[in-house]
Amino acid sequence: MIRVVLPAHLRTLARVDGEVELSVDGEATQRSILDALEARYPMLRGTIRDQATAQRRAFVRFFACEEDWSHEDPDRPLPDAVATGAEPFLVVGAIAGG
Amino acid sequence: MSGVRVLAGTRKGAFVLEADGKRKDWKVSGPHFAGWEIYHMKGSPADPKRLYASQSSGWHGQVVQRSNDGGKTWEPVGNKFAYDGVAGTHQWYDGTPHPWEFKRVWHLEPSLTDPDTVHAGVEDAAIFRSKDGGQNWQELPGLRGHGSGPRWQPGAGGMCLHTILPDPSNDQRMFIAISAAGAFRTDDGGESWKPINNGLRSEYIPEPTAEVGHCVHRIAMHRSRPEVLFMQKHWDVMRSDNAGESWREVSGNLPTDFGFVVDVHAHEPETVFVIPIKSDSEHYPPEGKLRVYRSRSGGNEWEPLTKGLPQQDCYVNVLRDAMTVDSLDKCGIYFGTTGGQVYASADAGESWAPIVRDLPAVLSVEVQTLP
Repeated sequence: MIRVVLPAHLRTLARVDGEVELSVDGEATQRSILDALEARYPMLRGTIRDQATAQRRAFVRFFACEEDWSHEDPDRPLPDAVATGAEPFLVVGAIAGG
Repeated sequence: MSGVRVLAGTRKGAFVLEADGKRKDWKVSGPHFAGWEIYHMKGSPADPKRLYASQSSGWHGQVVQRSNDGGKTWEPVGNKFAYDGVAGTHQWYDGTPHPWEFKRVWHLEPSLTDPDTVHAGVEDAAIFRSKDGGQNWQELPGLRGHGSGPRWQPGAGGMCLHTILPDPSNDQRMFIAISAAGAFRTDDGGESWKPINNGLRSEYIPEPTAEVGHCVHRIAMHRSRPEVLFMQKHWDVMRSDNAGESWREVSGNLPTDFGFVVDVHAHEPETVFVIPIKSDSEHYPPEGKLRVYRSRSGGNEWEPLTKGLPQQDCYVNVLRDAMTVDSLDKCGIYFGTTGGQVYASADAGESWAPIVRDLPAVLSVEVQTLP
């Protein structure tokens, strides 16, 4: 199982508490995780990445194993620790705004 | 006993305020969608329990929420607003071409007859329709496809389609308004659109009487006379007696003819309300006095309504979707301010009181008159 940590507003929108656990088809990548996340929680479509272009929203970042993956190829395999569930995949909203 | 439900969208969530027909004691619920901007909420005229809300944020984009129980519970519905075909370009602030990009839904207008049909006015300006309760949205491309589209430009708040007025007597006719393109009308159910800006004069654009380019802030009608329209433009309060074919100014003795809101009395088609605002840059009431102005003659002669409203040191704004009327007798009027107050009058404007006063900045106010 892959563990995903969502920012508070998206946990509220998806009506989940704490982490989300997902299984993905094939390798664990940003794209496969987000595909599985959006399939389970359709209300999250468009809130993390653009629905038309699949581009990450500007004020959202992705972290794994204490590294910023936001600018990586979305199809690059994530670390084994994320694939095995030892470490979560973090979706982080920018700490900004009023 | 009949009652009212006021829907207030704010910078940080949605609030639902309910009262009986006396409109004195109010119950406030919310915030719903705490922390998100709620540009607009509106109930279906065909089913008062069906509500739609536009929820958005700079972080997570657009969400549309729907309620089937009058705002007690909500469910997210479809939020994919894809422009039809090649999006094309409009004018940017500096006059250069800029690609059409979806940003948010400014206004949701449920059908007069079908709770599952709703129109959405969006930024960058376009109109979308859902026929399945908000699950799926299709653009009505004839509007953006009007040949003037590349000449539309954003106002200070963005290039938003903020007003959608269906004609109660003709289901094929609808009016919309865009800042800063102007007003448009369809007579074929949204297939094709024509600009209806003849008579508008905007000194801030290169050609003051141009076909498009006018910063229309709001249009209102009385349902018994849908060919008569009232408009609050960036400057000037205007009136049309022929469904927008031509307009004439009715600003008359207003202390300033700038403002955002305009609405019509529920039972008196010639009684109109506006809230003058000082501009171009101040955007607060003249002299620090919050005054609703009423005309009982369809414009030109205006009287200030001040009882219960702050008459000193008041520097709030009232945004374009933040005024509405109920259909009780006497007519109730409601407006919300950027200072977080929602004021109500249960006597057609003679007296006012805040029904809630410390909300986040209010973006929109709608009211439902309940059986």
